[in-house]
Amino acid sequence: MVPPNGQPSDEILPRSSETPGSRLSPVPIRIETRSERDEIRVPIGSDLDIVKARQEGRRVAGNVGFSLTDLVLVATAISELARNIVRYARKGEIAIRPITNSAHNGIEIIARDEGPGIKDIEQVLQVGFSTSAGLGLGLPGVRRLMDEFEIQSKLGQGTTVITKKWKS
Amino acid sequence: MEVPILKQHHYLIATVQAALTDADLLHLRDALVQRVGKFRSRGVIVDVTALDVLDSFASRTLRDIAHMIRLRGADTVIVGIQPEVAFAMIQLGLNLEGVATALDLEEGLAFLDKQTESRAVQGRPA
Repeated sequence: MVPPNGQPSDEILPRSSETPGSRLSPVPIRIETRSERDEIRVPIGSDLDIVKARQEGRRVAGNVGFSLTDLVLVATAISELARNIVRYARKGEIAIRPITNSAHNGIEIIARDEGPGIKDIEQVLQVGFSTSAGLGLGLPGVRRLMDEFEIQSKLGQGTTVITKKWKS
Repeated sequence: MEVPILKQHHYLIATVQAALTDADLLHLRDALVQRVGKFRSRGVIVDVTALDVLDSFASRTLRDIAHMIRLRGADTVIVGIQPEVAFAMIQLGLNLEGVATALDLEEGLAFLDKQTESRAVQGRPA
């Protein structure tokens, strides 16, 4: 390909001329993002794992640069989520990773289980102020501790809670 | 990790030294309730200065400890709740209602001294 000024272009042959499967053909390159690389997954199956998950969460949140107050909020939220897994689903996992958006750094906590699921999500999110009352899931409390909170649950299939906290 | 329980005169002092599992907390509860009888203690101090998380289970167990010790005829005071932990507890909706708390071990001992003294006076027949 020669541009109008007659100078030879640096451009190599257009891709369309390549034969399929040639070594120059574009291959999908999967670029691992920082967040994926830094994701920590803690399998949850006993009360020991609850302690482990909240310690990992505290460590990751510390690396993100959260204040001491926020570290405790994050660790407490993880503790509640992990305990729900042990109590209601017996086993599952907590995934913890640093996240970023255009303005802030933060942390995402995902609690996954394949337990019985939640029949009425609205109800468990409305259970009063006391976590010892009602169903005792403590999810309204977790929602207050974190900045973003999302829950997906299917009866008989399990529950996933996704929460985020942004560094102010 | 098991929480060491020290006997000091009429008091028992349990000092939490590392993160506690649910099982550790229940063990602490049972050990304190039993030892209050064994040592005829008048008061119990649970020092949680080293705890960086007091979640719903830990709070409920501390409350259970205080109420059970009360039923055994002694007083309990929780000492050393850190400012950040207190903040997280309030956000979570936990308040340790009906449980005595004090800033640190020294204040906790002073509280128990006052408490057991006034109870001794109240208990004396006129």
